[in-house]
Amino acid sequence: MIKYAISDSLIITKRQLLQLIRIPELLIFSTIQPVMFVLLFRYVFGGSISTGIPGVDYVQILMPGIFVQTVAFTLGGTAVGLAEDMQKGLIDRFRSLPISRSAVVFGRTLGDGALNIVVLVVMGLAGYAVGWRPSSGLFSVLLGFAFLLFFGFAMAWVGVLIGLSVRSARVANVAVFITIFPLTFLSNAFVPTTEMPKALQYFAEWNPVSTMVAGCRQLFGLENIFGVTANSWPSQNPLEMSLFYMVLIMAIFIPLSVRKYINTASK
Amino acid sequence: MKAVIAENLIKTYDKGKVRALDGLSLEVEEGTVLGVLGPNGAGKTTTVRILATLLTPDSGRASVAGLDVMKDPGKVREVIGLSGQYAAVDETLTGWDNLTIFSRLYHLSSSASRKRASELLEQFSLTDAAKRSIKTYSGGMRRRLDLAASLIVRPKILFLDEPTAGLDPRGRIEMWEVIEGLVKDGTTLLLTTQYLEEADQLADEIAVIDHGKVIARGTSDQLKKEVGGERLEIVAEAEDLKQVTAIVEKISTRKVLVEEGSRQVSAPVTTGSKALIDAVRSLDELGIHPLDIALKRPSLDDVFIALTGHVAEEKKPEDQEGKPKRGWRK
Repeated sequence: MIKYAISDSLIITKRQLLQLIRIPELLIFSTIQPVMFVLLFRYVFGGSISTGIPGVDYVQILMPGIFVQTVAFTLGGTAVGLAEDMQKGLIDRFRSLPISRSAVVFGRTLGDGALNIVVLVVMGLAGYAVGWRPSSGLFSVLLGFAFLLFFGFAMAWVGVLIGLSVRSARVANVAVFITIFPLTFLSNAFVPTTEMPKALQYFAEWNPVSTMVAGCRQLFGLENIFGVTANSWPSQNPLEMSLFYMVLIMAIFIPLSVRKYINTASK
Repeated sequence: MKAVIAENLIKTYDKGKVRALDGLSLEVEEGTVLGVLGPNGAGKTTTVRILATLLTPDSGRASVAGLDVMKDPGKVREVIGLSGQYAAVDETLTGWDNLTIFSRLYHLSSSASRKRASELLEQFSLTDAAKRSIKTYSGGMRRRLDLAASLIVRPKILFLDEPTAGLDPRGRIEMWEVIEGLVKDGTTLLLTTQYLEEADQLADEIAVIDHGKVIARGTSDQLKKEVGGERLEIVAEAEDLKQVTAIVEKISTRKVLVEEGSRQVSAPVTTGSKALIDAVRSLDELGIHPLDIALKRPSLDDVFIALTGHVAEEKKPEDQEGKPKRGWRK
C-alpha cells in the first residue's frame, strides 16, 4: 500500500512536470516573473532605500525577501492547477482509478515544490548578476535554499485546500492573491518594519514570511537586521520559528487537504 | 448474474432542496447494455457518479460486480471504467502521455504501459495523433481518447456518461461504432444519454428516468408498445382540419392530438394498416386531399411524453438556478 502511495504520487508529479515540457512557456513565464521582481526592486527601490549599515547594499537585503515571496506564491500554482483539474473533470478520472487516495494531492505538491528548484536557481543567478553576494559559506547558502524549498512545499498544501474549495480556477487566482500579497508586504521582506504603525509591526514580526526572510538573511551571512522591532523570540530565533511554522502549516493543511480531496465532489 | 444493482438510491443537494435522485433503482444484467435515458437534470450523472464511487448517496444501496460501492469502493474501482460527460483527459499533454500516465496509475509496469497505450491508440484510430497535444484534437477524437483511457485494464463493467453529448453527427456515428465494438467483446455497459436514437441504437434495455426515478424500463420495442402501437398522422390544409379531426376521431379510440401550427392531426391506432385505408377512404369521400398521411411507429419521444405526461422543453418549478435546464436534445 505504502509503495503504491509513493509511486502513484510520483506518477502524478511526473504528469505535472511533463506539462512543463509540453508547454515550455509555462516554465519560462514562471521564472520571468521573479526575475522581473529582482530587477524592479533592485533598480527602482534600491536607490532610495538605505540599509543604514555601512558596506551593506540593498540588494543583499532584498534577495532573501524576493526568494521568500516567490516560494510563498507556490501555493498559487497549486491552487490554480488543482482548480483547473477539477473543472475539467480530471479529478473525477483520478478518483475513479484504483490509486492511493492521497496520491493526487501529494503528487501535486511535490511537483510544485520541485518547480521551485528551477525558479530559485534562475533567481539566484539573476541576483548574482545584479550584485547579490552571500557572504556565508557554501553549506549555509545551500541550507538557506533547502529552507526555501521546504517553505514552498508547506505553502503548496495551503494551495491544495484553496484549489479544492473554490468553484473555478479564476476564483483560485483571486483567493491566492488576497492571501499572499498582504502576507509578503506586511513583512520585513522589502522595507524596515520600524517605519510601520505599531500594530502592523507586531504582525510583521510574527509573520512567517518575516521569520523566513530573517532566517535566510542569517544563512546568507547577514546580521539579523532590517526589521527587528523588538528583541522578541521570533526575531531572535527566526530559523527555529520558521521551522515551527512550516511544521505547523503542514500538520494542519495536509490532513485537511487530503480529507477535502477524498470528500470533494467535482463541480 | 446482475453486474450492476442500484436499490432505492436517494441523493439530495443544497440541504435537501434539490432531490437529484428520489428512490432510483436499476439493474444491469452481465454482458448487456442498459441505456439510462432522461432529460437534463433527471439524475443520470448523479447515478453514474454514485455507481463509480465518486459520490455517496444519502441512502440506498448499490453494488457493482457483486461489490458494495459504499463499503468496498477501492475494489470497485479496480473493475470499472468510467468515461464522463466532459472529456477528462489532460489537454496540455499528448494522447500518448495521457494513456501511458493513466496506465501507470493502474499499476502497469512502464513497458506494459507503453504497449497498452499503443494498442489503444491503434484501436481507436488515434495513432497518427498520438504525439500531438490534445488541444489539437477534434471533439470526436477527444472522446475516443477519453474512452480509451477508461479501457486500460479491460474493465468488466463500463460506465459512459453521455458519451456523444456535444459531438457532431459524424463524431457520434464514429463513437457508436466504437461502443458497439466494445459491447461485442462482452463488456457490461451502463450508458446514459438524452439522445433517444442513441438508446435505441446501442442499448439492450432502456431505463427511462425523470426526476430522479426510473419511470419505465424494457426493451425499446416493449416501451413503444406500452404507448399503444402505431400512430396515424395526417397533415392537411387549415380549412380541412376540422373534418380531418372528425375522421381520425372515428378511427382512433384514444385522444386525438391536433397541432394547429403544423396542421397535423394524429392519434394512436390499434388496427394497423386498416386504419390507414379507412382514413384514406373517408378523406376521399369528402374530397379532401391531405398534404401528408402516414402510419408511424412511435418514437421514444412519444414514449417519454406518454410516460411523463410532459413534453420536452417543459420547465419544472423545483428546478434550482444553476442546475442545467430540462429538455431533450435531439
